[in-house]
Formats: sequence, structure tokens, C-alpha cells
Amino acid sequence: MQTFIVRRLLIGVLILFVLSVTVFLLLRIVPGDPAIQKCGLNCKEDQIKAIRHELGLDKPYFPVAFEGGAPFLTFNTASQYGDWLKGVVTGDLGTSTVNNRPVSESIRKRFPVTLELMLLTLVMTIFVGIPFGVVSAVWKNSPADLLVRFTAIFGLAVPVFWVATLVLILPQEWWGYAPPLGGRYVHLMDNPFENLKQFLPPAAVLALSSAAGVMRLTRSSLLETLRQDYMRTARAKGLRERTVVFSHGLKNSLIPVVTVLGLQMAGLLGGALIVEQIFTLPGLGDYTFRALFQKDFEVVQTMTLYAGVTVVVLNLAVDVSYAWLDPRIRYS
Amino acid sequence: MSEEIALGTSGFLEDRAPRTGASFARRISKYATLARQNPLGALGLVIIVVFIAMAIFAPLVAPYTPTEFAGRNNETMSSSHIFGTERLGRDIFSRFVYGSRISLSVAVISVLLGGSIGILFGVISGYLGGFIDSIFQRTVDAAIAFPALLLLLIITQALGPSYRTIVFALMLAVIPGVTRVVRGAVLSERNNQYVEAARASGAWAPRILIRHLLPNVVALGIIVMTTLLGGIILAESALSFLGLGIPNATSWGQDVSKARESLPYHIPAVVFPGMAITLTVLGFNLLGDSIRDIFDPRLRGSR
Repeated sequence: MQTFIVRRLLIGVLILFVLSVTVFLLLRIVPGDPAIQKCGLNCKEDQIKAIRHELGLDKPYFPVAFEGGAPFLTFNTASQYGDWLKGVVTGDLGTSTVNNRPVSESIRKRFPVTLELMLLTLVMTIFVGIPFGVVSAVWKNSPADLLVRFTAIFGLAVPVFWVATLVLILPQEWWGYAPPLGGRYVHLMDNPFENLKQFLPPAAVLALSSAAGVMRLTRSSLLETLRQDYMRTARAKGLRERTVVFSHGLKNSLIPVVTVLGLQMAGLLGGALIVEQIFTLPGLGDYTFRALFQKDFEVVQTMTLYAGVTVVVLNLAVDVSYAWLDPRIRYS
Repeated sequence: MSEEIALGTSGFLEDRAPRTGASFARRISKYATLARQNPLGALGLVIIVVFIAMAIFAPLVAPYTPTEFAGRNNETMSSSHIFGTERLGRDIFSRFVYGSRISLSVAVISVLLGGSIGILFGVISGYLGGFIDSIFQRTVDAAIAFPALLLLLIITQALGPSYRTIVFALMLAVIPGVTRVVRGAVLSERNNQYVEAARASGAWAPRILIRHLLPNVVALGIIVMTTLLGGIILAESALSFLGLGIPNATSWGQDVSKARESLPYHIPAVVFPGMAITLTVLGFNLLGDSIRDIFDPRLRGSR
């Protein structure tokens, strides 16, 4: 188990390295010069040069560069990628070119927002998705099943941004009520009630599609399990139906569900980007989005790397949880 | 699981072999039975056909062009504007109709391109195995797990939003999923006797890949591609909504975005473009699901 985790972490680091280099290079081909953008119109040549120097844009891209002639490889002590990576590792993320605030301060302030949104969504996904999936599988082809399946198909087809927009606009048109927007974001500890009023609608919107996915998967996975011989054995030895379905059936059906939950959490980071925009929640998705549009490359790189780290860790957690769900699975 | 799918698809290919013109009527009745057994899939097919027809014959279906100022702004539904007009007085129904062109064409082109590359990668990765296979698979792992929307945003921002960029970015999003499934099928297929026979008779790897393995996994690749279409349409509309869609195009995602930003809110301008996206995605999902069920015998009993 330990060697498995170590190996997976090493592969994870490799993936993150490739990801960060790719994103780094992609961002260098974004048209437009951040220095010119910062300097504004009527900017003199030497001013631009000074700003480029200040932002570190005059440094070479990578610590190791390939040059045509001998000795082929040149090493640069200062480089854009190297300096950025060093900053990420040591926790010194520099200042954002957008608002001149330290990046680490912004991240610290915004992280709880996104975390709360994710956790609420996860809770809703699990507590809506799995029970309805079970209902749908146990009473297969009943009206309840048909209703659940139809809702799930629908939930997977609606665009997140449209539902979010409707949730925001329709109550306002009909009852003059608008969910409080995050412009005046209230911390959970200060006022839990107000805070939940801000977070429940966006979390519900995000949970719609992920709960639909979990519902469908729980249903098909449980149906598959219910056909197994050991289910008949469990019934034959006189166990209560509830025990049969929940401890024999559901537990053995959860592996694909857990996988998908793990993958969905990663996808939700993308969904958070949209929902935080619409509900004006000052979270990390919103931060990344702004940084991307205002050409703050380093922030986009950092946020992508963090998203990547989250994904790698989540995937590992999913794999480790298999061993708990199904003791037959052994890692070596 | 992929082995099961592969079995199903080879059955599918055999089914098609003896087709001749004489059995036309029988074929029709076969499709009718198929539709009766999969009412949801048939519904999906109908929705898709309607939207495709709408896209092709848009000038005949729509009463106005999508960009002309056909009425006053924010009109409610009436006989001359059945969905009303939006903030600039353009006919919402006409934009509903013309919007299908962008969504459908972008989705179909990017899924075809990405799917073909994915099939190719999957075949190579599965057949060669070893080191090259691990490289492909780790890349696929990373690509599947990473929030696609974030990468799509970075790519479109980097290359500048245009039709070509969007298709390219969405194509990249299609590749990993197809690669993974096709690779699984190739793994189970490559130990079959016909591959061994080909190898024994001295065929070199590319020939085995193209003549023997590819035909057996293409159908599977196409099935996976169908199930991906809906998601790609959602991704395209999300990009448009966030302002990184195709500039100056009539697109549903942009229409929702514009309607959200303009005050006072005009409900029809928000509802109808979103409904168009939902219906199209619903159609593709229903169709994709039942195509997968038909060709995947293991799942057949569970519905």
C-alpha cells in the first residue's frame, strides 16, 4: 500500500510538471503584452522596458535552454518558469499585476469560499444522488424510478450557467426576491444563516448535474449487484430486505460511484468558475477567471497548478478508498 | 467492460454485412422495432433530426435573419414574434433557429476530429503496450481528471477566440476519453487468433493495426463519440457564455449571457436560448445512451 501511494505521488508530480510547462507555454502565446497593459496608453519605450524588467518578463523562459551550437545547453540562474516554480514551492507567490496585492493573501482569503461551495455541493450530491439512485434501482420501472431517471437525464443536459441565471432572475421577476449576492460576502462563522443564503443556491445549481450523474450510476451499479448470486444467498438465509439492499448490495455497488464522485469534484472546479461569476462569490474560480482576462499569467499558472494538485490528491484518495470498500483489492 | 462492448460491436458489424437493396422493407421494420424497444433513444433521434434540419434550412424556418432588428426591443410573445424579441429588438425565435448552426457544427466537427485522433492513439497505445502505452495512459489520466473548462479557457484565450480555436480546443477535450475506451478494446482484441495469424504471416505492425485492429474498434469509437457530443455542446455554450466563444456569431450561450447582463430582465430572452441548448444536449444524450445500450449486451438487461 505504501509503495503504491509513493509511486502514485511520483507519477502525480510528473503529471503536474508536464501540466505546468504546458500551461506556461500556452500563456506565453496569449496576444498582448502585460507590460503595455499595465503601462497604459502614451507609454514610452523605456517605461515599457522598465516595467518588463520589474515584472521579470525580460528573463528567459526556462532554467535550461537549448541553443543551436555547442555546448547545446545553457543554464539560466534566473528564468520566468524557474522563479515562478521556486515561488510556488516556497510559498512566496509574489504580487498580482492586477491589484498589486500579494497573491498568497488573495488565495488565503478566497480559498474558504470555494472550499465551502465544493463541500456543500459534495454533500448535496451524495445525499440526493445515492438515495434516489437506490430508490430507482430497488423499485425498478415503478413511477418513482421513471421520475428519477427522467430528472437525471434532464439534470445532465441543462447548462450550469443557464440554471444559475434562472435561479437568479426568476424569483426576482416573480416574487421580487433575489438570492443575496456575494458582493457583500458573509463569513460562515459571522452569520451562518446569511452565509447559507448566499451559498445554498449556487451549490444546488452545481449539485444538479453531479447528483444526476451519481443517481444514474448508483442505479445501474446497484442493479448489477442485485443480480449477483450472493444477493440471493443473503435473502435465502433470511436477512431483512433492508440489510440485503444496504449492506450487501449498496456497499458493493459504491466503487464506481466513488470514482465518479472523485472525478466530479475535479470537474466542479470548472463549474465553480462559472457559478462564482454569476453569483459574484469572491472565490478562487472568480480569481482565476479575472487573472486570465487581465493577463496575470503567474496567477493563472499558480491556480492551474493548485487545481492539478487537488485532482491528483483526490484521485489518490479515491484509489485508496477502494481498498476500504472492497477488501479484495490489494495494492502493491 | 470494454471487452463486452467490443463483443457487441463485432456483432453489429456482422449484422450489417448481408445488407442488399432487396431487404429494404425488412430493414425499415427492423428499425421500427429498434425504436419501439428504445423509445427514449428514438425521441433523442427525433430531437436531433429536427435540430439538424433547422440548422440546414434555417433561412426557410426563421421568419427573420438573426441580426436584423425585426421589432421593438423586449417584446413579449406574439404572432409576429412567437418567442418575442430581445433587448435590441431582434427576433428570439430566429436566433433560436440560427444558433443551432454554430452549436451543431462545432460539436460535430470537433468530435469527429478528436474522435479520429483518439481512435488512432488508442489503437497505437493498446497495440504497442509497454513504455509508449504508459506515456499515453498517464497523459490521458491527467487530461480526464483535470477541470476541462479551465484548460479550454486558457487555450481559447491563448489562441484568440475564433471558430478554428474553439473547434481545436474542444477537439483536444474529446481525445482522451476515446483513447481510453479504444485502447481497452484493442487490449482484448490483440490477443485474438486473427491478429496472431496476421503476425505469423509476416505482416508488419502498421498493416496489422490498419487492416485488422482498426476496423474492429472503429464502431466502438463511434459509439463513444456519440455519447460525448452532448457534453461538447455544453462546453461550447459555456465558453460562449463566458465571453470566449466565436465572436459576432449567433450562439445560444452568448444570447443567455447578453440577456443576463441587460436590465430590465426579459425572461423569454433568457429562457429560449437555454432551452435550445438543453434540448440539443438532451437529444444527443438520449441517442448516445441507447446506442451504447444496444451495442453493449451487458447493460441491456438493466433498463
